[in-house]
Amino acid sequence: MSPVLESSRGLDRRQFFKLVGGGIAILVTAGPLELFSQERRRMYPEDLNAYLLIGENGRVTVFSGKIEMGQGVLTSQAQMAAEELGVALESIDMVLGDTDLCPWDMGTFGSLTTRMFGPVLRAAAAEARAVLLNLAAAKLGVAKADLVIENGVVSVKGDPSRKVTYAELAKGKKIARLVDEKAVLRSVAQFKVMGKSPRRFDGREKVTGAAKYAGDVRPPGLLYAHVLRPPAHGATLLKVDTAAAERLPGVKVVKLDDPDGLVAVLAADPETAAAALAEVKPEWKTTPLDLDPENIFDHIEKAATHAEEKDRRGDVTTARSAASRLFESTYRKGYVAHAPMEPHTAVAEPKDGRVTVWASTQTPFPLRDQIAQALKVDTQKVRVITPYLGGGFGGKSAGRQAIEAARLAVATGQPVQVAWTRAEEFFYDTFDPASVVKVTSAVDANGKITLWDYAVYAAGDRGAALFYDIPNARVQAFGDINYGQQRGTGVHPFATGPWRAPGARMNVFAVESQIDLMAAAAGIDPLEFRLRNTADARMRHVLQAAADAFGWKPRGSGARSGKGRGIACGIDAGTYVALIAEIAVDAATGAIKVERVVAAQDMGIIVNPDGARMQMEGCITMGLGYVLSEEVRFHGGEVLDHAFDTYHLPRFSALPKIETVLVKNDDVEPQGAGEPAIVPLGGAVANALFNATGKRVYRLPLTPERVKV
Amino acid sequence: MKGSIRFRLNGRPASLDTEDSRKLLWVLRTDLGLTGAKYGCGAGICGACTVLIDGETARSCITPVSAVRDKEVTTIEGLAHDGTLHPVQQAFLEHGGFQCGYCTPGMILTASALLSETPGASRETIAARLEHNLCRCGAHTRILDAVEAVAHAKGDPSKGGKP
Repeated sequence: MSPVLESSRGLDRRQFFKLVGGGIAILVTAGPLELFSQERRRMYPEDLNAYLLIGENGRVTVFSGKIEMGQGVLTSQAQMAAEELGVALESIDMVLGDTDLCPWDMGTFGSLTTRMFGPVLRAAAAEARAVLLNLAAAKLGVAKADLVIENGVVSVKGDPSRKVTYAELAKGKKIARLVDEKAVLRSVAQFKVMGKSPRRFDGREKVTGAAKYAGDVRPPGLLYAHVLRPPAHGATLLKVDTAAAERLPGVKVVKLDDPDGLVAVLAADPETAAAALAEVKPEWKTTPLDLDPENIFDHIEKAATHAEEKDRRGDVTTARSAASRLFESTYRKGYVAHAPMEPHTAVAEPKDGRVTVWASTQTPFPLRDQIAQALKVDTQKVRVITPYLGGGFGGKSAGRQAIEAARLAVATGQPVQVAWTRAEEFFYDTFDPASVVKVTSAVDANGKITLWDYAVYAAGDRGAALFYDIPNARVQAFGDINYGQQRGTGVHPFATGPWRAPGARMNVFAVESQIDLMAAAAGIDPLEFRLRNTADARMRHVLQAAADAFGWKPRGSGARSGKGRGIACGIDAGTYVALIAEIAVDAATGAIKVERVVAAQDMGIIVNPDGARMQMEGCITMGLGYVLSEEVRFHGGEVLDHAFDTYHLPRFSALPKIETVLVKNDDVEPQGAGEPAIVPLGGAVANALFNATGKRVYRLPLTPERVKV
Repeated sequence: MKGSIRFRLNGRPASLDTEDSRKLLWVLRTDLGLTGAKYGCGAGICGACTVLIDGETARSCITPVSAVRDKEVTTIEGLAHDGTLHPVQQAFLEHGGFQCGYCTPGMILTASALLSETPGASRETIAARLEHNLCRCGAHTRILDAVEAVAHAKGDPSKGGKP
């Protein structure tokens, strides 16, 4: 139990209490991590920053390296801590994404906050509860077993007048404890705070305009920077004339020796800086690259050569020759932008030999290390603080803007803001990669799938794992989802990266389209066909739940009325989800209107039901974009979409009636909620299109041109 | 052209000496320290920068500051009075009409302007009015729920909403 508080990452105990005042701090180290899998240990290495602190005033501060980008984890993490600690939710204060104060974290993505960080946070809170119970037992002179805890008050069973508060127990203490025993977490039946839907912590700030985002941080002397950008990815700066910009009053020009040639103009207001940038005369060398949204797919198939076999069952070759009919399909999807409403933004302030960077980032700790590397200083010299993010969706895992701000701040000795314009946001976005799936499958006379030969190119295999019971199967992944972040290294003409459920949207679109076309060919209702081919109880359960909520009835495929419904299902982030979409197709234009979506989801124990529903609704609404309208236009390394006039996000007019069904499953620990429901939307709508018109479209997005022709 | 511009900002007099052509968004955010209006696109497309000028919605990122001379400007910071939220703000809170919150000031101001003109606006009318405010998180359903709840209460005083 003796805390040895030395760490290469965090603060030592003395520094910590100096920053936060006295109290009881709970730190997590190797002990409890032994409880977790090797993978979790990799993600949560030994680290001695505190997870929570019970202050001398009785308030509880939770420190988390996770960030709030709209997904509601500010509130759900507080719920988990309050539950295990035995305090009211209102007594919790949250500190997120501050690299000086919070325990190391690899980043907020992959729907990991609840399912991976949640157990660690809950264990820390449970440990704090145990510490407080010990202190109370000593103070009150009774055995622990005779004490009860409620709302931060420990009292003697049957004699509530004999009591002591957490505040009284923490008073004058500087206790730092490591979690070193197996934490006993509270069960669903005991839940008082988890499983409920309290009002969000960030609500009042967000409806009053008080919520601070990176661009709202304004240290005295702040300079606004605009950075010179190339016309295309892969362009190199031959020379640059900044004389005219330098002559403008109030303008500073910074030129840093850099492989990318960082040239920036800075001024006390952003408009002056933007006007100065227009006076900078660069000369670029560009090399033509003959890639566009149509020929990119052949290029990807040729370039993504490295293959990994992810699954093999039975004998694919024999099954292929035994099949009476083979279904061979190729599915495609273009590049998709993250397009968060808040473009990448950062403010960096050099002070007292350190640099503090307020950044819109999903990865504050890795970003801190990248900034330190770029500045050639020790990581202890850099602090990243993460205010609210105006959306992330995976795109703010990349933090180029923060490195730029830090370098310019050091170069000028002043605080500097780098806030990307919308055009810069489109240009430097790490797009969801264009990708290809090729699948050959077969079905027997009983409607059982006999063959599944599946190859995905450039999307990775997330979402490609089989939950259908197929005796002869092979799943191969060519390339990798992040294969070739830079132009010239292989597959993509610009950077690509994770986008809400990376790879899984493409794979499930392909899988569920293929399942659907086999069902149609076999003359079997698509719901029945899926149930006939999977024994997975959780999948059957969500399929049935969605069908019941929708009022699904088998009907022939002969309707072709322009109205149709489609079903699709998938597994993502440990969560099972089934969607049914009802659509209308305008025969004259080919435009699809999604009128109704029913989503049934089993995500294990639910921490915050309303929060879970909001994430499902968000997935479905945002998902309409990649399914119907969003595809980045480009020529070589030049990104042709710069703004929302040509790149079309879903708007209110596209909104379907959304019904969410939370399928109860308290036997499974909490799983991911932020991504799963976006995964089957492509398949559900494509299948509804087939049901409505008899036409199958093998490429996302399902634009009017593709639907009509 | 540089000159003095006087207007009313969130119920109080404001004046500054600045270039006429500067955009209201940046004057608000840098000179006046009101950061509730957000930059989203700089082209008047997304609506994150929405403010009210004499009660009408305006895209502050494309509005020259000279356009507010002698007018009343309301930003999201000026919508609540003495700590009491505007009914639309209250409804966004209760219905969860936000996720990341970045589009929220523009959504709330646009909805409040609509309900000033058309207190009992239908869900369809509300959706049509908010069509040009973008939200990437997909909070649309609850945004409509929130505004519709206020409209219902306004259109039917027996439901207990504030007029």
